[in-house]
Amino acid sequence: MSSKVLMAAKGLEIRFGGVVAADDVNIEIHEGHNLAIIGPNGAGKTTFLNICTGYLKPHRGSVTFDGRDVTGLAPRRLVRMGVARAFQIPQLFTEHTVIENLLIAAAAQARRWSPLTPIATIPERGEMLHLLDMVRCAHIADRPVSELPEGQRKLIDIALALALKPKLLFMDEPTSGVASSEKFEVLDIIAKALAEAKVTAVFVEHDIGIVERFADEVAVWNRGEVLFRGVPGEILSHPDVIRDVIGETV
Amino acid sequence: MRSILPALIVLLVAVTPVLAPTSQVLLTLAFAKGLAVLGIIVLLQAGQVSFGHALYFAVSAYVAASVARSFGGELVTTLLAGVAAAAVVGLVVGVFVVRYRYIFFAMLNLAVSMIFFALLEKFYYVTGGSDGLQVPRPTVVGLTLERGEFETILFYGALVLSLLAAWGTHRYLASPLGNMLRAIKTNEVRLEYLGVSARSTLLSGYVLSAALCGLGGALMAVAQGIVTPEYAYWVRSGEFVFIAILGGSGSVAGAFVGALIYEGVRTYAAAFASDIWQMVLGIVLLVIIIFGPSGVTGLYQRLMDRLVGPARPRGAGDSERAPGAAE
Ligand SMILES: Nc1ncnc2c1ncn2[C@@H]1O[C@H](COP(=O)(O)OP(=O)(O)OP(=O)(O)O)[C@@H](O)[C@H]1O
Ligand SMILES: [Mg+2]
Repeated sequence: MSSKVLMAAKGLEIRFGGVVAADDVNIEIHEGHNLAIIGPNGAGKTTFLNICTGYLKPHRGSVTFDGRDVTGLAPRRLVRMGVARAFQIPQLFTEHTVIENLLIAAAAQARRWSPLTPIATIPERGEMLHLLDMVRCAHIADRPVSELPEGQRKLIDIALALALKPKLLFMDEPTSGVASSEKFEVLDIIAKALAEAKVTAVFVEHDIGIVERFADEVAVWNRGEVLFRGVPGEILSHPDVIRDVIGETV
Repeated sequence: MRSILPALIVLLVAVTPVLAPTSQVLLTLAFAKGLAVLGIIVLLQAGQVSFGHALYFAVSAYVAASVARSFGGELVTTLLAGVAAAAVVGLVVGVFVVRYRYIFFAMLNLAVSMIFFALLEKFYYVTGGSDGLQVPRPTVVGLTLERGEFETILFYGALVLSLLAAWGTHRYLASPLGNMLRAIKTNEVRLEYLGVSARSTLLSGYVLSAALCGLGGALMAVAQGIVTPEYAYWVRSGEFVFIAILGGSGSVAGAFVGALIYEGVRTYAAAFASDIWQMVLGIVLLVIIIFGPSGVTGLYQRLMDRLVGPARPRGAGDSERAPGAAE
């Protein structure tokens, strides 16, 4: 691949008690190439995201971003460098409304710390309403997030990550919980926005249809290892992948 | 509509020196406590409770007392010195305690305040030991005042400072920083994943809370004319938390409503039924926690919601409201 390496993981190892969640993981993330991660439950996909975003420190191995060693750097430092994340279980501020959640993200991104200016009046407000519109949540802007169904909370969680204007975005099962009639539509919009903003996406996904449509590359995880990696057409038709991964998830 | 009663109360309080001069000192003390409680309310926004904030009340009171004793004692410099000292101590202690949450946070604050309490008793050359320090009446813009005049000036000073502090804190809580502070209560992981340090955010709230407690302590010191180690005692810390729950921790008004009710009940119940005023307050608190966990101000808001329809959502989601407009 000719494009620039945005993030590279080398020899990542981590274990929890007897469980090996990362076992010599080596993978490069290329700028502009969306990478899908597939694999059975407990394969270590989320763990990989946790390591890449600084939530977990690997017992061995390293992570570089933009050529800089970022192993074990706190999530907020990586965020500041341009690495954002959406979670498998939405991580929201449950005592705030939807738009307030986004305004907090926008204020953090624009570093607005003024203690006397109401957050409701920051200049990024219009942009955030637009972002909400994009993920089909404009109509619930003033609702407390605690009242929302899982699918909408997932979308808000993704919108929070997008509000940070990252270079690299990790999404952990972005469409789980989203109604299947809306999955493609919403992801289409997100993918378009990502392409426009030149954001490289890495996403964990169980839905093979989504992977085929949105990924430039696929990596197959199992028991903490990367088994295969390549273009979706090849990987998804590989007999081992069909047997071990696809067979299991459909 | 819903601001009529609060405005009336402020007005009524403001004319107290004319209508009921005997209540003036009581109200000044209620303001002093209300300011400290406001500090507690700031921390409660982050879901944290401190059982040691009397520390800042006392630090400020003792520094104010020393300034009043040794530098001629101008009211403004006395108060400022107290608040500054509380903020500095708040920063130093805060750097340490913001690493902890919930019961550990509460107890560490308690521990530090107990140490300070013991020091106040021990170093009697400086602190006067358990007798405390007399606080000479400060001058006001260079003028030496009679006791009555001074008390009236102090009352209005406390009223204005309370209004200013309540306004400032309200703005702070509606600001990005204040919203991040409230976000600590619900999701620190997401906050960190927005590039925000939860600890620094909590620290900024902590220093503000220490400064507010300090302002209350310095006012109390000049109002009472004496400071004693009791200012730092854990019972006082508990009292602040009690008043915050009583008044309602969801709004800045709760601090002062709670303090007024508390001081009122304490004074009058103590006069009529000296043995049972704690019991009265205990029952009041029980009723509040069971039936209206958002305190007296929360009950008032619910009542208003019923009478005149719900208020628009508070804070940032409130798109139509002009910035800074009163609630
Ligand atoms: N913090 C942790 N402490 C202990 N064990 C953990 C921890 N995080 C992950 N594990 C274990 O590591 C293994 C990999 O977990 P991980 O969450 O990475 O899987 P996954 O591929 O994301 O699975 P899923 O598809 O179910 O989300 C699992 O066995 C899990 O129980
Ligand atoms: Mg997972």
